Amino acid sequence: MERRTVFGGWLLPILLVLPQLTLTGFFFYWPAAQAVWSSMTTQDAFGAGEVFVGLDNFSELLADPLYVASVGRTVVFCVTVSALAMGLALALAVFADREIRGKGAYRTLLIWPYAIAPALSSILFLFILDPRVGMLGRPLNRMGIDWDYHLNGNQALLTVVMASAWKQVSYNFIFFLAGLQSIPRAVIEAARMDGAKGWRRFRTINFPLLAPTTFFLLVVNIVYAAFDTFGTINALTHGGPGKDTETLVLKVYRDGFINQDIGSSSAQSVILMLGVIAITALQFRFMGKKVTE
Amino acid sequence: MARQDRDWFAHAMLGLGVVLFALPVWLVLAGSTQDSDAIARGDLSLVPDLTNFSAYPRVLAHGTMGAQPVWHMLLVSLGMALCIAGGKIAISILSAYAVVFFRFPFRKIAFWSIFVTLMLPVEVRIMPTYSVMATFGLINTFTGLWVPLIASATATLLFRQVFVAIPDELVEAARMDGAGPLRFLKDIVIPVSGANIAALFVILFVYGWNQYLWPLLVATDPGLDTIVIGLVKMIGVETQTDWSAVMATAVLALLPPVAVVLLMQRWFVAGLAEGEK
Repeated sequence: MERRTVFGGWLLPILLVLPQLTLTGFFFYWPAAQAVWSSMTTQDAFGAGEVFVGLDNFSELLADPLYVASVGRTVVFCVTVSALAMGLALALAVFADREIRGKGAYRTLLIWPYAIAPALSSILFLFILDPRVGMLGRPLNRMGIDWDYHLNGNQALLTVVMASAWKQVSYNFIFFLAGLQSIPRAVIEAARMDGAKGWRRFRTINFPLLAPTTFFLLVVNIVYAAFDTFGTINALTHGGPGKDTETLVLKVYRDGFINQDIGSSSAQSVILMLGVIAITALQFRFMGKKVTE
Repeated sequence: MARQDRDWFAHAMLGLGVVLFALPVWLVLAGSTQDSDAIARGDLSLVPDLTNFSAYPRVLAHGTMGAQPVWHMLLVSLGMALCIAGGKIAISILSAYAVVFFRFPFRKIAFWSIFVTLMLPVEVRIMPTYSVMATFGLINTFTGLWVPLIASATATLLFRQVFVAIPDELVEAARMDGAGPLRFLKDIVIPVSGANIAALFVILFVYGWNQYLWPLLVATDPGLDTIVIGLVKMIGVETQTDWSAVMATAVLALLPPVAVVLLMQRWFVAGLAEGEK
């Protein structure tokens, strides 16, 4: 959509876009270019400079079983977190959409966790699940169940999945509720008159009409689980025990900052960027008209 | 099933949901009033000790061993959140206004080069962004904490959508009155976008307050610890953790963003649902 009436002149508009363009250039395009360049170089043995190695860093990564394992772990993590966070949010939104007493209060009480930092959600879970001080963790051990996410990889993964999903429910809830409320009452009334009830009405009427919202949320949740959960995981398990909760972002951080392997870390960054660009392109392919029209 | 029964079921489910989210927070709230040694022994209780809020002044004034006082961390977080929210809103309004209300050379290129950054979070380009920051000497500076985080497209796209919907008649009327483009921006465009600005402010304030990875990298100086960073550092001390201090700090870290969301809930929910679709 284009405006018919615009202001004249070209100097002023260029001055107006300049701040954002400058920042985007310095903190987006320059780093992105640098990542691509570093991903194709390696430090020489004496640390004296960079040596161009082409795609070696990439082929090394893809041949590295630790990296492949991290990819698999990240996929499992993203799918579980998204499914949990979206499923729970949808169920709550369906109930909150009903005409019941106190629905405004319920909404407020389900929306506020949006404000909680990912790193903070894992600290809240520490006080529930920690084997020594946790409200649940300690009794579990007292009952003879070996619960310790510091030592058991599966339990660690379960803990960070729960903390990550817990934090994301309210965001999904806001969108599902808005989606449900935008379904025309006439459609629902018509279905009611045709005798469609409860679950069937939801499955055949509400759910298909929620499809765009669901798809949008799926993309957002996957990106959230892949990147924003760095704080959640790093605060609680540091990617451990061993590497059992080390997702791709944690690995980029560890290889780049802790192990100082710039070439490999940059190659991982480039792969992640390509991943995000692919997901974004997919999203706009299906529902992008609104933004660019 | 009778209507009454269905309502009862909905109340039960929603109540369960409310408890699921409130319980962990209630737990730290209650824990912050209890004795650290008792918590370390595993005697964390859900009943707060209403006579003992001493952990709060203690952490606010002194922090825990070796850490910054919590008032200082709160100040850094507040500064960072406000600068990110204010900075991003300001540059986004300006660039969206230019793209919508003017025709100038390279307009399409300018828009698309901003648009491409839409989904690429800072997390995927940590190393290279860090080295750019080092080039500018921005490591361990307050500026380094917030400036790189305002360079993204979400807010620009939102304002573009809002500005495109402003009727042409309004622009024509303004021009007939002899109002220049900056007057029009200040007197018409910004006031009519008030609700969107408010919504975006909430989203960006929460985003800024909750940052973790970026401050972890770019500010190793403890004087620049945000409250989230400081809190995670506190639990990193495996032995002798002062649990009630950790819990009091957690409560203080939660309060400001939760307050902003609750106070501005109306704008925030509407803005989120219409803006990010």
